[in-house]
Amino acid sequence: MSSLLSDELMSAVGRTSEPHREIVTRRDIRKYAIATDSRQAKYLSGDEAPPMFHVSLFWDVVPLDELSPDGVSIDSLLPTFPLKKAMAGGLKIDYFRTIRPGDWLTATRTLSAIYEKAGRSGALIFYEVVMDIMDDESRLVIREKTTRILR
Amino acid sequence: MPTAHPALELDQLKVGDSLPQRTFTPDNKQLFLYNAVLWNAHRIHFDHPYAMEVEEYPGLVIAGPLLGDWMHQCIEEWLGSSGRLMSIEYSNRSASYIGESLSSGGVITQIDKANRQVTLEVFITNEQGDIIAPGVATVELT
Repeated sequence: MSSLLSDELMSAVGRTSEPHREIVTRRDIRKYAIATDSRQAKYLSGDEAPPMFHVSLFWDVVPLDELSPDGVSIDSLLPTFPLKKAMAGGLKIDYFRTIRPGDWLTATRTLSAIYEKAGRSGALIFYEVVMDIMDDESRLVIREKTTRILR
Repeated sequence: MPTAHPALELDQLKVGDSLPQRTFTPDNKQLFLYNAVLWNAHRIHFDHPYAMEVEEYPGLVIAGPLLGDWMHQCIEEWLGSSGRLMSIEYSNRSASYIGESLSSGGVITQIDKANRQVTLEVFITNEQGDIIAPGVATVELT
């Protein structure tokens, strides 16, 4: 067993967040499409949500007093890691259904993996969070896996 | 505007074909609005002295997921109404800053005619031509 990943840390794998239900509005889609400099009429009008709109829909809306001085919030799904400095991460997104205004969507996040690798300048910790987004008919709309690297 | 472009025909596509490139030069206003839409208050995106002095970046950091969105736009503008994006996997390899121009692009790497699926390599490059965000996507033609 590696030195960085304690049993206590590894026991967090499998932890799942409370389901988070949100409604999709035309106004939110339009704001997202404009902010990303989209050129597609169906997104700019808000008739349909662009891919990655879910990133804005399910970003944690945290109260001001829960933001750290640097402006970020603590992700309560994550354990306290022995490495702190976040490096580049990655995303894998599978799209199953189109999102439209009026849709109610529910996201559930699961800490699916924690593992260690040797980097050029020392050990690295990787963790993965899977977010499943379902509609009200319990159909999977989007599955997103985030991988983050700590050093 | 990429509205009226011809439908893609599976038989006409070739491995090695390029997707149209697009250059983005995001400014403070766009970066502010993008992070506001997310509810992202990380000060590296809007507080220039903080970004430079505390986190020691050379400027205001362009939000990573915005680059991911631009890869999606590259794919969807090329694809038009000829199919749909099934999946994408990408990473943010190095940071970029307000003032830089970044370009999105892609290339066809695999064509599965039986399943009407096309695999693409997509990317965001900086002005030096370095790939700062590489990705792989699969689309399905209708």
